Amino acid sequence: MTPDDFAPLQDRDKEVLYVPPQKLRERGWQQMKHNKLALWGLGIVIVMTLLALFGPLLAPYSYADQDLSMANAWPGPEHWFGTDSLGRDLFVRVLYGARISLSIGLVASLINVFIGVLYGGFAALSGGRTDRIMMHIVDVLYSIPMLLYVILLMVVFKPGLINIYLALGIAYWLNMARIVRGQILSLRQQDYVMAARSCGASTWQILRRHMIPNCVGPIIVTLTLSIPDAIFTEAFLSFIGLGVSAPMASWGVLASEGINSMRSFPFQLLFPAIALCLTMLGFMFLGDGLRDALDPQNEKEGGR
Amino acid sequence: MFLYMIKRICGAIVVLWAVITITFGLMHAIPGGPFTEEKKLPPAVLANIEERYHLNDPLLTQYGDYLKHAAVLDLGPSFKYPGQTVNEIIAESMPVSAQLGLISLVLALGTGVTAGLLAAWRKNTWMDYALMLGATLGVSVPSFILAAVLIQLFAFTWPVLPAAMWKGPAYAVLPALALAAHPTAFIMRLTRSSVLDALSQDYIKTARSRGVSTWRLLVHHALRNALLPVVSYIGPLAAALLTGSFIVESIFAIPGLGRHFVTSIYNRDYTVILGITIFYSFLIIFMNLIIDLIYPLLDPRIRLQNHKEG
Repeated sequence: MTPDDFAPLQDRDKEVLYVPPQKLRERGWQQMKHNKLALWGLGIVIVMTLLALFGPLLAPYSYADQDLSMANAWPGPEHWFGTDSLGRDLFVRVLYGARISLSIGLVASLINVFIGVLYGGFAALSGGRTDRIMMHIVDVLYSIPMLLYVILLMVVFKPGLINIYLALGIAYWLNMARIVRGQILSLRQQDYVMAARSCGASTWQILRRHMIPNCVGPIIVTLTLSIPDAIFTEAFLSFIGLGVSAPMASWGVLASEGINSMRSFPFQLLFPAIALCLTMLGFMFLGDGLRDALDPQNEKEGGR
Repeated sequence: MFLYMIKRICGAIVVLWAVITITFGLMHAIPGGPFTEEKKLPPAVLANIEERYHLNDPLLTQYGDYLKHAAVLDLGPSFKYPGQTVNEIIAESMPVSAQLGLISLVLALGTGVTAGLLAAWRKNTWMDYALMLGATLGVSVPSFILAAVLIQLFAFTWPVLPAAMWKGPAYAVLPALALAAHPTAFIMRLTRSSVLDALSQDYIKTARSRGVSTWRLLVHHALRNALLPVVSYIGPLAAALLTGSFIVESIFAIPGLGRHFVTSIYNRDYTVILGITIFYSFLIIFMNLIIDLIYPLLDPRIRLQNHKEG
């Protein structure tokens, strides 16, 4: 033992007690930057969204313009993707289809988020018996094949855009409710929440400062991954005749119309199918990338 | 164990009751009732029909009747095919769907697990990438598009397989492929990630240090543990195959239950829609129950009592 040991601590020897936390957004972006697939996914999603928003405005035809003299025209300079059996320009219809399919994905998923967050959040925060009963209801609903009930809903209410939003929105919130509840429950046991509480922070402050920011990551990931599911389900509904009503057309409607004329005019199936599959891939890559970047639980595994 | 089984079975019965109630309620929320949308029927005929199907009874009585009949597995008559009951329709078309479903189930499990294992074994090689690319593409193509492409390729462009109907083993190939593609891709991803997870465990290192061969290590040690998530996926898998069969059976003109369901949706044949929905829910709830019951046998770590927490 030397006198040195009793010397006052120098600044440089001090333990680093406080590292300013990186914001979720920044940390997520840092990780995303290195994930090529996720960036591709993001690119596809952005391009598709822009096309859906602005594409139809620039097109010289509308999605309902019929020109029977030009029926079933092959792709060419005048009609980039050809025309369908009523002479409607397929390129414009695919662009409009993007609007409808993407809006279905987004609106249905947002309704899921809304219901799921409210339900899961309420269950987790009230705890005890209420929580048990509410989660038991979720378990029960989980074992029921939801697609059948979406079909039933669409049979009961007339097929149409609003009803598809609603039917898909109210059927698939279970996952979201479970995730939000799990997240809040695990957060509640964190030391820093306890610390905040013992410092006299109000419930509202804890919610705002700790719970909500920490739930945003998993919610965004689940949202991104549920958008392609909704688009897929809508395509399925269109195929069995429960999709949006004519002359509107989602990608699912276009593709199932294309199947009927597949042998003579394969392009009528090809273009909507490519648009649909590309968008699915985009959302899935983006969702997987976001999960790797935002989900703290996945941090250890460090990508694939 | 016995108590747990009783509890689970009671739970399943409650779920079934909920299913019947929800479906019944939905079906009766239709404005006008099942016969109003056709050509105007003479009032006397309408009254007769309603009398025959007990549609003018109070709703609660109808509900009670339906519950009573459902309890003895009687799902009532079809409104659109007079003289046929829903039970007959199910009995007639179910065997076809069951065959197709079983073939696809085996195909999906076999291919998915094998490919996932190979991908994990050769992690980050061209084989892994190729398999995973296939899996990703498989998840992103809707089954009706895949079915259409398969028909075009193997029935018309290169006519080796029949495009439609159900008359022998050759007729099952394309539909089973179309039906199994999606679940196969999913199982593949699931198996790969859980095998990789298992491979990073300590007991694998121990086994390797004892000189166990790679193959034995993979199959005996890693796969056995990695299969658990796959087993718990069988319930959703059955559900996916059921709903997938609507599309595949319609496209391939297979006289199964799925196609009947789609036809009854087109015809708005309410009792058939209702009956088949309930039947499908029965089936899936039953599958889930069985899987929950055999799960602890596969993994002794899972104590039945704490099953809920897992």
